[in-house]
Amino acid sequence: MKYDHTAAQPVYGREMSGAAIVVQALIDQGVKHIFGYPGGAVLPIFDEIYQQEKLQHILVRHEQAAGHAAEGYARATGKVGVLLVTSGPGATNAVTPLQDALIDSVPILCISGQVPTTLIGSDAFQEADTVGITRPCTKHNWLVKNVNDLSRIIHEAFHVARTGRPGPVLIDIPKDIQLASGFYVEPKFVSMGYRPQLVGETRAIDYAVDLLCAAKKPVIYSGGGVINSGAHAVRLLRELVHIGDFPITSTLMGLGAYPANGKNWLGMLGMHGTYEANMTMHDCDIMLAVGARFDDRITGCLDAFSPDAKIIHIDIDPSSINKNVRVNVPIVGDVAYVLEAMMYRLRGISSMQEPSARESWWQQINKWRERKSLAYHQKTNVIMPQYAIERLYTLTKKYNPYLTTEVGQHQMWTAQFFGFDEPCHWMTSGGLGTMGYGFPAAIGVQIARPDDLVICVAGDASIQMNIQELSTAIQHRARVKVFIMNNQYMGMVRQWQQLLYGNRLSHSYVEAMPDFVKLAEAYGAIGIQCTKPGELDDCIREMVACDKPVLFDCRVVNLENCFPMIPSGRAHNEMLLADEVTDDVMENAIDANDRSLV
Amino acid sequence: MPASDFILNDFTISDNTPVETHTLAVLVDNDPGVLARVIGLFSGRGYNIESLTVSATEQEKLLSRITIVTCGVPHVINQIRYQLERIVPVHCVVDLHVRARELGQDKPIQRELALVKVLAKGINRVDALRLAEAFNAKMVDATVEHFIFEVTGNSSKLDQFVSLMRPIGIVEICRTGVAAVNRGSKGM
Repeated sequence: MKYDHTAAQPVYGREMSGAAIVVQALIDQGVKHIFGYPGGAVLPIFDEIYQQEKLQHILVRHEQAAGHAAEGYARATGKVGVLLVTSGPGATNAVTPLQDALIDSVPILCISGQVPTTLIGSDAFQEADTVGITRPCTKHNWLVKNVNDLSRIIHEAFHVARTGRPGPVLIDIPKDIQLASGFYVEPKFVSMGYRPQLVGETRAIDYAVDLLCAAKKPVIYSGGGVINSGAHAVRLLRELVHIGDFPITSTLMGLGAYPANGKNWLGMLGMHGTYEANMTMHDCDIMLAVGARFDDRITGCLDAFSPDAKIIHIDIDPSSINKNVRVNVPIVGDVAYVLEAMMYRLRGISSMQEPSARESWWQQINKWRERKSLAYHQKTNVIMPQYAIERLYTLTKKYNPYLTTEVGQHQMWTAQFFGFDEPCHWMTSGGLGTMGYGFPAAIGVQIARPDDLVICVAGDASIQMNIQELSTAIQHRARVKVFIMNNQYMGMVRQWQQLLYGNRLSHSYVEAMPDFVKLAEAYGAIGIQCTKPGELDDCIREMVACDKPVLFDCRVVNLENCFPMIPSGRAHNEMLLADEVTDDVMENAIDANDRSLV
Repeated sequence: MPASDFILNDFTISDNTPVETHTLAVLVDNDPGVLARVIGLFSGRGYNIESLTVSATEQEKLLSRITIVTCGVPHVINQIRYQLERIVPVHCVVDLHVRARELGQDKPIQRELALVKVLAKGINRVDALRLAEAFNAKMVDATVEHFIFEVTGNSSKLDQFVSLMRPIGIVEICRTGVAAVNRGSKGM
C-alpha cells in the first residue's frame, strides 16, 4: 500500500493556521530559501513568512524564474528546491519549470495559492485548474481540501519529490484552507508509503559483471541519474572505471560524474558529442548505461544504434528501460546501490580481462581521438565562441565554478569545451531545452552557494527570455556572472535553417539587440563588452573579480556553427565534422525524409 | 533460473510482432483525479484504450480498481504497465493476459454487460425473444412496441448479439466495459 490513509486524521500536533502550517512544515523539512512571487491567493502565507526569520524568501520578477531558480538550487545542493506562487497566472507561469524539472529529474516543490474552496469551479478571479494543468508535468500533485491534511501532504510531497527518480511536485492550497485553523503534524509522524525499488536484482547484477569482465570492447555511458544518486554513486562510478580501465562517455546531464581530466574520458556523446565518444558507442561490444535514458539526442538513428552491443542498463525508473532501445540486461535500482553490488562482486573475482586484451580497443579509441573532432580555426581579429569558452574555463577553473547555460549553440560549446571535474557544478536544461533557464537557475545556485563563483553562459537570444531577473540578482546580492556569447543570431535555429531549409534564415536574426552594457547599468549591475581576442583574458578576469552581477557581452564571430554533429536520422558513425563541412555538405546533410525527425 | 534466461523475458521482442489486446487491472487510491492521471497518461503518450471500467472495490482500504483493455505490440504494452506504475497513487498494475499465461491459462475471465433497447412489433417480437433466449439475455423492460434486454458475456458475444438484433431494430445500446479477473484461487 502506497499511502497510509489512517494518517489523514492527526490526533497530535499544535493547532495553527494553514498558512502557518505551510511555513512550519517547510522549516521542519530543512528549507532555508524559497523563491516566489506574491499575489492575492497566497497573501496569508506571505504574511506568515514576514513574521519569522528562519525561512528566507527570494523575490523573483516572474514565476518562471522562481521555478528555474529552485531547480538550480536543487541541483547545486541535492535538496528539494521550493517555489511559492499565486493562483491563476502565477501557477501557469510555473508550468515551464515544472515540465523542465520533470524531464530532467530535478526535485522541486511548487506551492500555489488557489481561490477559496467555495469559489472553485466558478471562474473566479485568477482561478485556473492548477492541479489539472500541472498533472502531466509533475511527478504528483495535490489539491488540499482539508486544513488537517495540509502538513501530511507537504511532508509527503517532499518525500515524493526526492525519492526514487526525483521530480517536481505541486501543492495547490485554496485561500480558505490557508486561513483555517488546523493541527500541525511533524514529519516523523507521517508514514511514507511511496517506496521505489532501490536494490538491483542480484542475478542481473552478476550477469552484468560477467559480461563486463569478458568484454573486449566495453564502454560506459553515464547520465544524470549518477549525479542524482549522490556523491557515493559518483565515487563508485569512478572506481569502476579505474579498476576495469573502461572508456567512459556521458550525456549532457551527466557531465562531471567522471572528471573531464580523467584519462578514460571520451567527452560527451550524442548529437554534438565528440567523434571518439560516438564511434566508441557505435563499435562497442558491451555497453553499460548508468542512469541514462537513451534520449533521441543521444541515440541518433535507432536502427543503427550500437549494432553489435549487448546493453546493460541501470535505472531507477522501470519505464526508462526498453523504452527507446531494447536492452539485454535491465537492472532496476538506485545507481549507488547497484554499483555497490557490482563493485562488491568485481572485487571478489579476478577474471577481469587482462589489460592486453583491450589494448587494441584503446588503440582504436586513441585513433578516433586523434581525429580531434572539436578542432576549430582560431582567428586573430574576432573571438571564436569555442575560444571564448576555453579561455573562460582556463581562467576560472581554479575557483571550481558552478556553470549554468541557456539553450542553443553556446550550451553545446560549453558542454564540449568547459571541463567538468565535479558533479553538481553543471546545470543546464537538457530534456526540455528551455531558453530562459540559465540565468534564473544561476541565481538559485548563487543563493545556495553565496561564496562561490557562479557563471551563466548565455546566448544573446536566450538571455532575453528572463533578462528581468537582473533585478532579482541585484536585490538579493546574487553576484552571478552572465557570459553572453553574442553572435546576433539564434545560432542553433540558424544552423538548422542552413542545414535543412536552404539557408533561408527565417526570423533567426535578432534585430534591435539591446546594448547589454547599458542594460546592466540600468539595473545597477556591471556591463562589460569584449570584441577582440586579445582583450578577452583581461575582461574575463575583470568579470570574475567583480562582486556584483555582471552582464558580459562577448561579441563572437557571427556565423560559426556547432560541430561535430550527427544530423537527425543518422547513426553515430555518420557524424558531420567541422573540417568536412562545405556549403554543399550543409545543404545535403539531412534528406527530406529525416526532416520531420527534428 | 540462470541469469541469462532472466534477460530474455520480454526484451527480445521485435517491433514486427503483431498487435495484441491485453487487459490491465490497476489498483489505485480512491482519490479525486486518479482516473484523470491514468487517462491523461494514455492520451499524452498515444496509447489506445478500447475499454475502461472504474469502480471503488475495496472500500475499507479506500481503493478503486480500473480495468483497461488496450492494444499494442508487446513492447508498448510493457511500457504502458511501467508508465502506469510511475503514477504515485497507483498501487499495482497486473497485465491479466500475461498473468494468465504465467498460470498456464489461455486468458482471463472477461465479462461485460449491455442494455439493448429494441423496437419490435408484430412478427419481429417473436424473433427478438428467440434471439434473446439463445443469448441468455434477460428482458428488463417491455411495452407492445419495444424490449430492453440485459445481456452479459464476453465482448464478442455482446457484439454478436447486437449485430443480430440490429435488423430487428435497435434504438439504443449501453455497454459497461470489461470487468476481468484471472482464474484460480490467487488474487492479483
